[in-house]
Amino acid sequence: MNAMSNKSLFQKELVSEALKQSFIKLNPQRMIKNPVMFTVEIGTFVMLIVTVYILINHDASQGSFAYNLCILFILLLTLLFANFAEAIAEARGKAQAESLRKTREETPAKLIQPVGELYLNEIKTVSSSELRKGDVFLCVAGDTIPTDGEIIEGLATIDESAITGESAPVIREAGGDKSSVTGGTKVLSDKIKVKVTTEPGESFLDKMIALVEGASRQKTPNEIALTILLAGFTLVFIIVCVTLKPFADYANTPITIAALISLFVCLIPTTIGGLLSAIGIAGMDRALRANVITKSGKAVETAGDIDVLLLDKTGTITIGNRKATGFFPVQDLGEAQFIKACVLSSLADETPEGKSIIELAGNAASNLSVENPLYIKFTAETRCSGIDYDGGKTRIRKGAFDAIRNITEKAGHEFPLPIKLKVKEIAENGGTPLVVSQNEKVIGVIELQDIIKPGIKERFDRLRKMGVKTVMVTGDNPLTAKFIAEKAGVDDFIAEAKPEDKMNYIKKEQQLGKLVAMMGDGTNDAPALAQADVGVAMNSGTQAAKEAGNMVDLDNDPTKLIEIVEIGKQLLITRGTLTTFSIANDVAKYFAIVPALFIASIPALQGLNIMRLKSPESAILSAVIFNAIIIPILIPLALRGVEYKPIGASALLRRNLLIYGLGGVIVPFIGIKLIDMLVGLFF
Amino acid sequence: MNTELIGVIATFLITVALAIPFGKYIARVFKGEKTLLDFLAPLETRILKLCGIDPGRQMNWKQHLLALLAINMLWFVYAFIMLLTQGSLFLNPDGNPSMSPDLSFNTAISFMVNCNLQHYSGETGLTYLTQLAVITFLQFVSAATGIAALIVVFNAMREKATEGLGNFFDIFLKSLTRILLPVSFILAIILVFNGTPAGFEGKDTITTLQGDTVQVSRGPAAGMIAIKHLGTNGGGWFGANSAHPLENPNYLTNMVEMIAQVLIPIALIFAMGFYLNRKKMAYVIFGVMTLGMLTLLIPTLIAESNGNPAIAHMGISQATGSMEGKEVRFGPKASAYWSIVTTVISTGSVNSMHDSSMPVSGTMQLLGMMTNAFYGGCGVGILNYYIFIIIAVFISGLMVGRTPEFLGRKIEAREMKIATLIALLHPFLILVGTAISSFVYTKDPSVGWLNNPGYHGFSEMLYEYTSSAANNGSGFEGLGDNNWFWNITTGFVLILGRFLPIIGPVAIAGILANKKYVPESAGTLRTDTGTFGIMTYAVIMIIAALAFFPALVLGPLAEYFNLYHV
Repeated sequence: MNAMSNKSLFQKELVSEALKQSFIKLNPQRMIKNPVMFTVEIGTFVMLIVTVYILINHDASQGSFAYNLCILFILLLTLLFANFAEAIAEARGKAQAESLRKTREETPAKLIQPVGELYLNEIKTVSSSELRKGDVFLCVAGDTIPTDGEIIEGLATIDESAITGESAPVIREAGGDKSSVTGGTKVLSDKIKVKVTTEPGESFLDKMIALVEGASRQKTPNEIALTILLAGFTLVFIIVCVTLKPFADYANTPITIAALISLFVCLIPTTIGGLLSAIGIAGMDRALRANVITKSGKAVETAGDIDVLLLDKTGTITIGNRKATGFFPVQDLGEAQFIKACVLSSLADETPEGKSIIELAGNAASNLSVENPLYIKFTAETRCSGIDYDGGKTRIRKGAFDAIRNITEKAGHEFPLPIKLKVKEIAENGGTPLVVSQNEKVIGVIELQDIIKPGIKERFDRLRKMGVKTVMVTGDNPLTAKFIAEKAGVDDFIAEAKPEDKMNYIKKEQQLGKLVAMMGDGTNDAPALAQADVGVAMNSGTQAAKEAGNMVDLDNDPTKLIEIVEIGKQLLITRGTLTTFSIANDVAKYFAIVPALFIASIPALQGLNIMRLKSPESAILSAVIFNAIIIPILIPLALRGVEYKPIGASALLRRNLLIYGLGGVIVPFIGIKLIDMLVGLFF
Repeated sequence: MNTELIGVIATFLITVALAIPFGKYIARVFKGEKTLLDFLAPLETRILKLCGIDPGRQMNWKQHLLALLAINMLWFVYAFIMLLTQGSLFLNPDGNPSMSPDLSFNTAISFMVNCNLQHYSGETGLTYLTQLAVITFLQFVSAATGIAALIVVFNAMREKATEGLGNFFDIFLKSLTRILLPVSFILAIILVFNGTPAGFEGKDTITTLQGDTVQVSRGPAAGMIAIKHLGTNGGGWFGANSAHPLENPNYLTNMVEMIAQVLIPIALIFAMGFYLNRKKMAYVIFGVMTLGMLTLLIPTLIAESNGNPAIAHMGISQATGSMEGKEVRFGPKASAYWSIVTTVISTGSVNSMHDSSMPVSGTMQLLGMMTNAFYGGCGVGILNYYIFIIIAVFISGLMVGRTPEFLGRKIEAREMKIATLIALLHPFLILVGTAISSFVYTKDPSVGWLNNPGYHGFSEMLYEYTSSAANNGSGFEGLGDNNWFWNITTGFVLILGRFLPIIGPVAIAGILANKKYVPESAGTLRTDTGTFGIMTYAVIMIIAALAFFPALVLGPLAEYFNLYHV
């Protein structure tokens, strides 16, 4: 998958498929969806009639046969180029989809039949395509999971590299937020029972494949608005060209049909008209290349408009979980002794925090063991864990400040003031204090700290320049949350967040008219994912989360939203700049064609021929040729997208206006002149 | 620097210097803040009460448009009947006849839509009654209609705007009592003191130096000439308009009339800044419009000052510039400046004959009306500009990677549809109209409209439709236009060219006001920057002006190249 994104824009097999499609797309029923190019097709058809007429009648009033044939040929080329742009974008999307689909080719599935032929719960091997929603299948080590589903029993390590490119295996288990499995991934160990969650052909991948293949691609609202504007321009130029005929008759200046159609085709925005749908398809394709599956093109566009971004602290801003960073014993206790107690209490602690305590203790932890230990597990009631040994004579507990305080105070011991102060200090610095007690007496405190991901601050800076406000969501207390928020450079935070807090925050921002994006994976994220304008679910998340969001990130990378925002912006920028370029081109085309139209009968208009084009025929041909070849020249730009730079809207406008606006005025003057030097040899 | 040029520059600077405080005043009037003329409030209340209007009743954009169209319809019927019967009504000392139905149709529409295309001559075509009760009346109310429509759009542009956009009749009445009437009063007094007639006697007879007797038309003209300019109407009391010595007696009145016609269009730009508290945006719009005006003015000044090479060729000195069709008391530069301001805004009054302008000037005058958004008419200029802003916002919004939004509201397919249609309308009306007349004339030149054959004749037809569509009212007067063909076709062009460009922006603004307000962020495209201004300028030039390029080539540009490049 990752290898795919490095391949060149035009692969051989894609090009030949696209070429074939370019001709198939000439079908007027398809062309009519693109009003700009449809009018070009009509013009081409008229030229065909004119050319045939000249061939039969040898009528010289419409110009030479060769000249008319050239115009006809170039117009046809213009159409084919535009079709090719769309076709190559589709072909690339299809190829991309195909590589995804390969991961889910027919695989055998061990279907569990509640009532089998011989026994209850009989296992029957069927093809993956025969699985229906609600079916349950079994997967053991070495099996490829046949389709998307949810684990209902068991736990397994799974290699998801086929879809994420990530080689480290992940653990999936029944219940909770990590129960979802994706078709095409491989079970490495253990055994799971999986319930099928989608009908065949309706999984996310299938939907995405359909979208990029263009079958169910709908125009986005923005694309519709642009199409209206382009249709408007086309109408203006229809008026300009149709009325030119009586004007010319009045001035006794005959205009050939070829010249009139050429003028029309050159003036209407064929460049953007031809590339518009390719840009849209390429946008979704780019999202797919970033390993994000979008449910619609609109979601990608909306991503470009995002004002507020909600991010979970854990795993996004900070690396996984908290780590122990310091031991602070009470005064009368040696550090070594305190560390020993801490390590003992964490020996059976499987939580990342517990492991990190042993890690921090280092050598002091090695070979430490006691006889007949009784490990006390963490429960929601006691909110502490620990160990009893020496037959219960030594009792070590570690836990949150108030939990340990309860224990000590109940036993009639006083909570030492220095530790109280230390606890406060740790919390103020964004850490989490873990108080340790021995025999109901406080012996010290362990500092746990969040480790902020390297490079995350720069990413948030970039988002801020784009105008996106970042909000950190965390279960931490406000003090800790504030510290981390400042350190990571997020603009706002929600502390002690409950699932509904996210939802409320999103609603509040939306009421202010802002667009909100969030990432989530758990089932309790689902309502917020649905409420957010852009909800990105992790592929590792639950089915409910994936259903609620409008994108799925195959890499499970929470910072992916930044890339999605940029892809969305690129999509719009590419449309805008190419529209500007297309319209700006008209200036030069007017100066090429209009003098050529009238110069025969009004020789003084030579003064208007500022490009000094050789003859009226060569001038018109050059303009039409330029108009045609600019489309394939710009295809790579349309597919790759115009680069987005977070330099502020006005600066970006200035930049793009200079490159595509001013450039759009100047380039055709040069291009048409150069083509004329060549064409002028023949006409 | 020569005195004539200083006169032009001084006129422009005085206009701007007056327009800024006047704009502030206008904003205060419609904000309901204290102003100097608050003593008129009881009168306004009484008028509204008499008409059964509750000024507190808020209207949505559709109700505003309905009110606007309804009162305009009434005025049209009234004006049409009055003109049709004026010959037999009172206040007709010169015994002028009633108008023919097609001319009444054209004239009634023309004044209702603030265009003042005059297919008649004031001295013989109207009576004092219709001059006052029809023409002057319509000049006031049509200007007030434009201002009121604009204020509705301003209301919709406010941050907290919702459905209710004020009461149309209240805004309309205040436009009259607080803006148009008081200023017209001052202007009329200045004119009277400089020799413009204001009495009710009929024609006077004087004996010239050569001993001939000449009948000189008079009448209560001063008030009408004041509102003709202040309201960007342009229709003159006399046939020769402001080239007539009684309508525009001297250089001072010439300056006053030039200032008067641009005053409100520029003041309204600043009023927007004060009203919406978006001064920077107002400055940018003013900058773009001024740039556009200068783009047209500078070539015109140069062309007129350089004189006509064809006349120079005959051995007549052109040292004083091109004087054909110009008044000696104004000279070529003041005439050039007038010809551009009167076309960029929709006045259409003239102090020189545009028909005799140099081809470059003719092109610029036409372009002024074709773009129709550099200052533009009373109220409607900014409405036209609004459409271009919407298109510019849309394209440049895309260019910075955001769904386009203007003043915190998203621009989507529906608004684009309206904006595109309105942008399309102007070239449609002008080009199709000219195409039909060219076709008819080519088929049968004996219709005899054109006194000048060839390119100039084409320019005359193009100019007439351009002037109609832009609601300008000036003419390349070589055209024989008082016949049913021109009266009827331009009549329809006038109506469409007036009301659709009002309906469009009001509808867009109204729809946008109902959308959710999105506060600005760092990623939002600001519309009050120089860059965006240049974008808007480019949109106007490439979309509005270039569509007319082929037509201009066959008209004034062909003349130009034949004059200089043969």
